Amino acid sequence: MREKTPQRILFLAFLFLAMSGLFLSARPSAVVLAQQPTPSDDEVNAIAHQLFCPVCENTPLDVCDTEACRQWRDLIRQMLAEGRTEAEIKQYFADNYGVRVLSEPPVEGFNWLAYVVPPVAFLLGAYLLFRAFRTWQRLAKEPATADSPQVPPAAADDQYAARFEEELKKRE
Amino acid sequence: MFAEFGFGILILTFALSLFAVGAAVFGYYGKSDRWVESARRAQQLTFPLITLAALALIYLLVTGHYEVKYVYSVTDVTMPLYLKVTALWGGQPGSLLFWSWLLSAFATAVTLRKWDRDREFLPWVVVVTSVTLTFFLALIIFFENPFVRWWQTLSGDFVAQMFAPSGGVLATPNNGEGLNPLLRHPGMIIHPPMLYLGFVSFVIPYAFAIAALVTGRTDDRWIRLTRRWTLMAWLFLSCGLVLGMRWAYDVLGWGGYWGWDPVEIAALMPWLTGTPFLHSVMIEEKRGMLKPWNIFLIILTYSLVIFGTFLTRSGVLSSVHAFAQSAIGPMFFTFIGATFIISAALLITRWKDLRASLPMNSMLSREALFLLNNLLFMGILIVCLWGVLFPLISELVTGVKVTVGPPFYERAVGPLFGALIALMGIAPLSAWGRSTVRTLGRAMWKPAIPTVLTPVILFAFGMRNWIALVGFTLIAFVLFITLHEYWRGVRARMNAQGEGFFTALGRLAARNRRRYGGYLIHIALVVMAIGILGIEVFQTTTQKSLATGESLDISGYTVRYDSLAQFDHTDGRYVTRAVLSVFKDGEFLQEIYPRYDLYPSGQPMTIAGVRTTLADDLYVVLVNWEDVSTALAPFKVYHNPLINWLWIGSILFIIGYLVAAWPEKEQE
Repeated sequence: MREKTPQRILFLAFLFLAMSGLFLSARPSAVVLAQQPTPSDDEVNAIAHQLFCPVCENTPLDVCDTEACRQWRDLIRQMLAEGRTEAEIKQYFADNYGVRVLSEPPVEGFNWLAYVVPPVAFLLGAYLLFRAFRTWQRLAKEPATADSPQVPPAAADDQYAARFEEELKKRE
Repeated sequence: MFAEFGFGILILTFALSLFAVGAAVFGYYGKSDRWVESARRAQQLTFPLITLAALALIYLLVTGHYEVKYVYSVTDVTMPLYLKVTALWGGQPGSLLFWSWLLSAFATAVTLRKWDRDREFLPWVVVVTSVTLTFFLALIIFFENPFVRWWQTLSGDFVAQMFAPSGGVLATPNNGEGLNPLLRHPGMIIHPPMLYLGFVSFVIPYAFAIAALVTGRTDDRWIRLTRRWTLMAWLFLSCGLVLGMRWAYDVLGWGGYWGWDPVEIAALMPWLTGTPFLHSVMIEEKRGMLKPWNIFLIILTYSLVIFGTFLTRSGVLSSVHAFAQSAIGPMFFTFIGATFIISAALLITRWKDLRASLPMNSMLSREALFLLNNLLFMGILIVCLWGVLFPLISELVTGVKVTVGPPFYERAVGPLFGALIALMGIAPLSAWGRSTVRTLGRAMWKPAIPTVLTPVILFAFGMRNWIALVGFTLIAFVLFITLHEYWRGVRARMNAQGEGFFTALGRLAARNRRRYGGYLIHIALVVMAIGILGIEVFQTTTQKSLATGESLDISGYTVRYDSLAQFDHTDGRYVTRAVLSVFKDGEFLQEIYPRYDLYPSGQPMTIAGVRTTLADDLYVVLVNWEDVSTALAPFKVYHNPLINWLWIGSILFIIGYLVAAWPEKEQE
């Protein structure tokens, strides 16, 4: 009863894969950009893309057409020319305009909830489902009693599938 | 005159709708068929009435009655007729009216059917649809009235009210503000009706589920009755989502189709519960299990439909405080809370009748895999819901505004979607009730061979990105397995009946629409996944200011800036249009014309110049937010590999749907 069936191992492996993807995929690390006289549009945009316009809702800074954003892009360019790193520039913006300019809440304090709640809820769901599976499997192993619920007769789709498989076997 | 007429009709409809609720409840508990019939007729009458109100508004829009505030805010004299008509859903009050109109159309259609065999459901279907309709009509009448007009008071101020303030005279502006230019796109014209149709048709299965709970008739009859409605809701919602993506890609000018904006997520969430619902009701039909879960899923879907409308309409997204100030925010919130709690309470009281534990032999059986599918969808839903809610909660609790942007969603949702694709490959091969590793292996080994070769070949051709390698392997897995299933069926018919390939294929699908239509939808979804993976993983972009004759290189293409023209369009737009030549390996391919239009209202609209092929899109934006001159113009260039497979997949999706849902001939 307690031995691990191949199915169960497969199921657990599958769950593990799905979850490890959730937890382990790396957060992009800060890249130190080479210092040069006038930073190109691409270098500016690489950082601007990770910042959000504090004026318009949910618009990344690299594609925002307001005058404010234009000035902020110029500011990024200037800071890059001064040799500041990407991390420093992002920190500067967060300090001056609030953490909402960052594309994700910084992992600290109350914001931990943002990152903890979804995986915990998902694992809880997975656990409940796993327990339900075990109950149903136990039912399958017990001999049927008179008052155990009846499985409805196979529907048309199943009958079709069965006939189809039979036909195939005959031909092969 | 038409404004008063429209408003009067709305009030009449509101009263009628309230009456339908009362009469249906009274008829049910008083066991009076006459009252139920009366409720049904009242409910059916709401449709012609709201049609009249909508026509009145359309008349005002088309004839340019700018004294009506709504007409003033969404139309102007230069707009073509079709845009004036579709401006019906171009703003908040109009779209709420349009929503209500669709709801009453669907509710009427469902109560017009024959009810001989399921008479006991009728009163509660009327109650649920009418309560929803009453709620939306109340929003319109009391808070978002599209018939409000401009008045000039004695003190010279302009006020917007339904009826004249004392001493006020009607003020008629010569012209309106015009529709937001971003909304003047075919995709945006069809996109809202599609989404609303999807939203509204989910109300019908929900109404039946509630009817089943209240009346205690909890067999799978309600599922069979609403199967077609659910499928239709799902199709419209899916089309609405894809059209929205296409609109974003064409009009917003940031080279993408999906930005994880809360408004987008609001429309995605009902899809994330509707899709597993569509799958798990099959378990109930085949095996009689999971009744409470299915009812819970449809309750959740309905709540998310209302919640999605609430998110986009209440202003809560810009700030929690805007929500508190807006009149409709708290109303929506109360309505969602109340319906969810009442529905859940009903579900709990019926829990005993619904519970049925059936034996399940294997974790690889079809129902087990469907449940896994449900779990993954719920996982994606939780990420989306939490991502949308967290900034609001953070603002409420700590007072700090935060942004939950694309990286948050992509990191969490990517692996879950990957797992779903893997399931799409395995589940169709497993049988109801029982499946083992051995039976699955036997069904799978042939298509597994080309699947395993896929990453090897891609690696040999230089693909090094592991996300892409895993993704394409999963896609290939589903494609090969599904095609192999088709091939097995076709070959059997060819051998047995001596039919040709195409005849066999046609008859195979016609004989078992649900199965083979469903397979086609799976193929369509992985074809769409090819496009999504292509642009998400391999998109490259560069921005540069080019002097005339100068060029830039991106992903093997060379783009040369030739000329720029600026001119007035007849409809008042000021157009700035660049001409660029596209080359590959030194060979001229074509000219493209990125431009931006400045509307009289001062709003710009950016139209990218695109060279499009099956392999990639070269997408060039004239960057209107930097200085543009003939001598030096800034361009932002995106290279979007495989993106067109997203659109091709969505067309396949519709074909698959038609195969699956085309009405069958009545079985004898």
